[in-house]
Amino acid sequence: MSVETEIRFKLNGREVGLKVPATMKTLAMLRDKLGLTGTKYACGEGECGACTVRIDGKTVNSCLMYAVDCDGREVVTIEGLRTPEGLHPMQQAFVEHGAVQCGFCMPGMIMQAQYLVENNPDLTREEAQRGLEGNLCRCTGYTKVLDAVQAVAGRNECRSR
Amino acid sequence: MQELSAYLVPHRLDEALQAMADDEATVFCGGTDLSPQTESGARQYKATLLNIRRIEGLGGIDAQGDEIRIGATTTVSEIRRSAVLAEVAPVLVEAAEHFASEQIRNAASVGGNLCNASPAGDMSPPLLVLGASVELACWRNDAVHTRRVPLERFFLGPGKTVRLPQELLTAVVFERPAAGFVGRFRKAGPRPALEISTVSVALGARFADGRLRDVRVAMGSVAPTPLRARHVEAALEGQPLNAATLAAAVEAAAEDAKPIDDVRASAWYRGHLVRVFVEEVLNDVRRD
Repeated sequence: MSVETEIRFKLNGREVGLKVPATMKTLAMLRDKLGLTGTKYACGEGECGACTVRIDGKTVNSCLMYAVDCDGREVVTIEGLRTPEGLHPMQQAFVEHGAVQCGFCMPGMIMQAQYLVENNPDLTREEAQRGLEGNLCRCTGYTKVLDAVQAVAGRNECRSR
Repeated sequence: MQELSAYLVPHRLDEALQAMADDEATVFCGGTDLSPQTESGARQYKATLLNIRRIEGLGGIDAQGDEIRIGATTTVSEIRRSAVLAEVAPVLVEAAEHFASEQIRNAASVGGNLCNASPAGDMSPPLLVLGASVELACWRNDAVHTRRVPLERFFLGPGKTVRLPQELLTAVVFERPAAGFVGRFRKAGPRPALEISTVSVALGARFADGRLRDVRVAMGSVAPTPLRARHVEAALEGQPLNAATLAAAVEAAAEDAKPIDDVRASAWYRGHLVRVFVEEVLNDVRRD
């Protein structure tokens, strides 16, 4: 058993504190310690993007990130994306365009898509394609995903959180 | 096998170096290489897990003077988005552009990419053609000692460098490229993203009067380490960049590249790709 460390950080806008093993990854902490199972474990080695979360505004693969390094930072997961009014516009767009097939890659796709639009409100389809290259869908549903992202980018109504 | 017994996250360089002095620390920054290596069992943790990401002065790009300095904890995304690097060293930005995925670029550090010493590391060829050196710091006689090692002498083999276990790579530095400097980078893999390069080639040189001078050519994934392609460089140095010179350079690539067959590609294919890329980057410079 590896050494444990006490960490504190902001999780979806709320302060949390807990003890984590030094070698635990952020994904395991979110799912197994904090019960936030929206973020998915798929490849476990940074190849598929299903575990994408935002750390201090930037997207990373939470399966590769050491949980101890969340200390003092701002972490946003798919659970943190929803707004008081309900689904986030990016989530809504994925629903409307039927971008979801089996759904396993969706939390990561939506986190990355939202990050892209937030950083580039005029995101083109090609830029969305490049930006989503770290997110794999094994149902091969990329076309509708890109339709959804483009719709949000086109409406330019993505609120940052 | 020993147990991990401490986690340290220092804010000062000297604290980190003292923690490394007994040679019992596993260093990480983004963790994008360390995580899969330790999860798979390919690598074991030492007694101390040392997070260097919060050390002050270890991150960021300084291009004020004649020397460009990129701190070890600078992420590949920061390199990719750096306006000043886009101006002085676009070849490095180009390589950052094709590095893994956005999520990995946001976490991975340039220092980690170099210390991981993969023959396929994408930061190596562009930094080699920029003539970069790495700074290695250690704690000795109650003080921080720093030495510089040219990047071309840094790599010893897959995962092996001249860095001592007590030393921390603190920065990569290179001289501001001269006027007329041209740089090019090419890599290939089965898909454009998240791919460990099958072959990569970088070119850096001064281009004037139709001739290349101070030529540096670097290759990745064609030998146990990223390397300088001395034969290609010799074929190009001071020569008019015409069809005959191009043919000689492409021919010479076979002298420099000593690829192997592995799971990602055959030696034959790598040997072929490296010649194609040498020709491509030279044609690209010629067209400009």
